[in-house]
Amino acid sequence: MFDLYLRRRIINSIGLGVSVLAMLFGLFWLGWILWTLLEHGLPGLGMHVFTQTTPPPGSSGGLINAIFGSVMMVVIATFIGTPIGILAGTYLAEFGQRGWLAPVTRFINDVLLSAPSIVIGLFVYEIYVVKVGHFSGWGGTLALSILVIPVVIRTTENMLRLIPNSLREAAAALGTPQWKIINFVTLRAARAGILTGVLLAVARISGETAPLLFTALNNQFWSTNMNQPMANLPVVIFQFAMSPYADWQSLAWAGALLITMSVLTLNIVARILFRQNPNSH
Amino acid sequence: MPNLLRESLHKRQTVLDASFRNLTRIAAFSVLALLAAIIASLVVGSMPAIHAFGFGFITSPEWDPVNDQYGALIPIVGTLITSGIALLIAIPVSLGIAIFLTELSPGWLRRPLGIAIELLAGIPSIIYGMWGLFVFAPLFADHVEPWLNDHIGTWPFIGPFFSGPPMGIGMLTAGIILAIMVIPFIASVMRDVFDVVPTMLKESAYGLGATTWEVMMNIVLPYTKIGVVGGIMLGLGRALGETMAVTFVIGNAHELSQSLLMPGNSISSALANEFAEAVGELYTSSLIELGLILFFITFVVLSLARLMLHKLQKREGHGA
Repeated sequence: MFDLYLRRRIINSIGLGVSVLAMLFGLFWLGWILWTLLEHGLPGLGMHVFTQTTPPPGSSGGLINAIFGSVMMVVIATFIGTPIGILAGTYLAEFGQRGWLAPVTRFINDVLLSAPSIVIGLFVYEIYVVKVGHFSGWGGTLALSILVIPVVIRTTENMLRLIPNSLREAAAALGTPQWKIINFVTLRAARAGILTGVLLAVARISGETAPLLFTALNNQFWSTNMNQPMANLPVVIFQFAMSPYADWQSLAWAGALLITMSVLTLNIVARILFRQNPNSH
Repeated sequence: MPNLLRESLHKRQTVLDASFRNLTRIAAFSVLALLAAIIASLVVGSMPAIHAFGFGFITSPEWDPVNDQYGALIPIVGTLITSGIALLIAIPVSLGIAIFLTELSPGWLRRPLGIAIELLAGIPSIIYGMWGLFVFAPLFADHVEPWLNDHIGTWPFIGPFFSGPPMGIGMLTAGIILAIMVIPFIASVMRDVFDVVPTMLKESAYGLGATTWEVMMNIVLPYTKIGVVGGIMLGLGRALGETMAVTFVIGNAHELSQSLLMPGNSISSALANEFAEAVGELYTSSLIELGLILFFITFVVLSLARLMLHKLQKREGHGA
């Protein structure tokens, strides 16, 4: 008898001990990666990063054109993707009780949510870059906006479902037409949650490299023309990190630190803004 | 008169209602259209390669831009092997993390630790790639790979997989980095599905004197089995399509070698490395066909994942 209890207790302790180790294992990589970024990124981070454009190998320079390009593409892509995402998410939550469209859309959207982003890059290359004949900032923006849509749809639907039905019924009892109920009551009540989704989408596309490789490509010079190849942080980091030049690598680390810090800050702000995880599965 | 006015007001609202509903419907439909457009454009783009190589494209290990001969076997195998390694490592670790977060962690630590794990998922993949290439790979080459060579490399059967020059970059490194990247996805799904287990079930088991570990293994896991598998498939889908991290560390060699320490290639890293510089219709089209294959594989895996998670959700709805 005693042996059985002892054995069960030992198995329990071992199992739980391993769980604690697994947790530490996960945190260990997070800490190590962040430490690496600070160690390699901070020395290269100075005012010059924000005032000069990307240099040719062997001379000094900054990342301002890449930062500008990234911000432009991310902002415009968010403005394109968010309305579509919110509207589609509204359909799923408010009108999707009957018919085949809502369940099918929900399913496809969940698949697109984790679909490989490099395939989106290929898609935009095929339908846009080939037709226009050259790489361009618009191509990159298009690819990023396609990545925004599924994230916003999922969050919008989840958030609208959290709104109690009594709120809708109260508005309906006052004779409010449905479009007004949705726009001025339910969507407004779900505002914080939806904003969280948008922030998470922005965080996701800010670090995306793969879909930009053959859409926006890169541009060594200062350019505000969205119709031309456009510099952007992820691709510049990729190119500079893979290069043999020490200056370029140090700029790549500085860029990596910048991008990670902004993405992680966005993630944390989004989670503080809305305490429940909106992307739960 | 007032009646007429009211009627016209009412009519206006009906029209607005219908147009708003249709607007949202069009937006929802655009998601389906997007999927159809992605598949159609990839199929059209890969037509020249499909005509030139037919089914042999998938089974041919040749990749020779000079002679315009292409086959997808090596990238496909590389993608599957690296994702397989990633799952082997990530499944037990994610399970441990999920158990810790649901059963062991003190309440005040649960949220910060959950966020920390999710931040791991938030780090852009290019950062994993840089870190892997400049920090992890050299350490791996200096300390781990020689050890693997000396110890596991001499074993029968599995030895050849772990022997080879310690270069740091290769399939094993790519697999390990992929594992770190998918751990947060799998762990957060597992945590979420563990949370749906009715407290009553768990407490009944505790009441009979079961240990925490026994409750996890005999109550929680069987109850959530299908959701756990769904979470694993979700992680697999991520790992298969992951691009930048793999591109940095896999070595990009179109060679098939038995050793996991040797460089290889994956579909996504072949695309990332070669597509922008590919010249010639057949070369581009072969790369697009690679993309089509990748999209097909991930689509199947992710669909299965969603179906499984959906099944668990449905049962939860009926059970409670």
